[in-house]
Amino acid sequence: MTTTEAPLSVDKPRSPARPAARRSNFELYSWIFMRLSGVVLLFLVLGHLLIMLFLDGGVHRINFAFVAGRWASPFWQFWDLTMLWLAGLHGGNGLRTVINDYSRSDRTRFWLKMLLYCSIVLTVVLGTYVLFTFDPNIS
Amino acid sequence: MASTTATAAEGRPREEAPRAKGTLYRGDLGMWSWVAHRITGVLTFFFLFVHVLDTALVRVSPNAYDTVINTYKHPLMIVFELGLLAAVLFHAFNGIRVMLVDFWSRGPRLQRPMLWTVLVLWLVLIIPAAISMIARAATELFGG
Repeated sequence: MTTTEAPLSVDKPRSPARPAARRSNFELYSWIFMRLSGVVLLFLVLGHLLIMLFLDGGVHRINFAFVAGRWASPFWQFWDLTMLWLAGLHGGNGLRTVINDYSRSDRTRFWLKMLLYCSIVLTVVLGTYVLFTFDPNIS
Repeated sequence: MASTTATAAEGRPREEAPRAKGTLYRGDLGMWSWVAHRITGVLTFFFLFVHVLDTALVRVSPNAYDTVINTYKHPLMIVFELGLLAAVLFHAFNGIRVMLVDFWSRGPRLQRPMLWTVLVLWLVLIIPAAISMIARAATELFGG
């Protein structure tokens, strides 16, 4: 399909390579999602950074026992789970936009997005698994 | 009169018509805030990837987790912690600005003062954070 060889060239608006009509509202919903998740992440992430980097000695007090103590409370479990999912999807969608913007050919665009989707699924699924099966008495 | 118009049209250099070749939009402050928003977002995404993997080690063994977390406690790691904090804070405040531009009727007109507000707020938070982190690292390195 369209391979952008010359830098900074833009398809003519009426060129036939462009889809004739919009088929779904996916981009609209992802645009709204970025804003809604952004507001929630603002509080979750800044709170997380404040607790982990500054309060009570910051990163120096973090160890397995500290994590076990936090995840004993459903509040922090829910906090971390929400943060994991929203950050994964918000960041993933942001990187999808960046890849769409800067890939020069459809093939690189496709493979970069496949790599991105695999890494999002890996982190979100692995993180969820760890949160739900965490065992404070593991040896 | 018609002849004057014709000469004016002919007098315009032909090469100027297709402007696309080699012309770079140099933008304004708004473009640079957009660039910075992208860069800070991508950096934060890569940290998130690593961070989920290191936290997942709590499912392997306490020892494995503590060993990896100890690398974060090296005094020199504050460079990365400060970098992450700087990226996240800018992305967060500029994100609010983006939302205000999108959803607030006066947002587009005030985008520039809002960017200065973002930068001032960013400095107000990042300077004390940097001082407290560097002080902690310094006592550890030299006066522990």
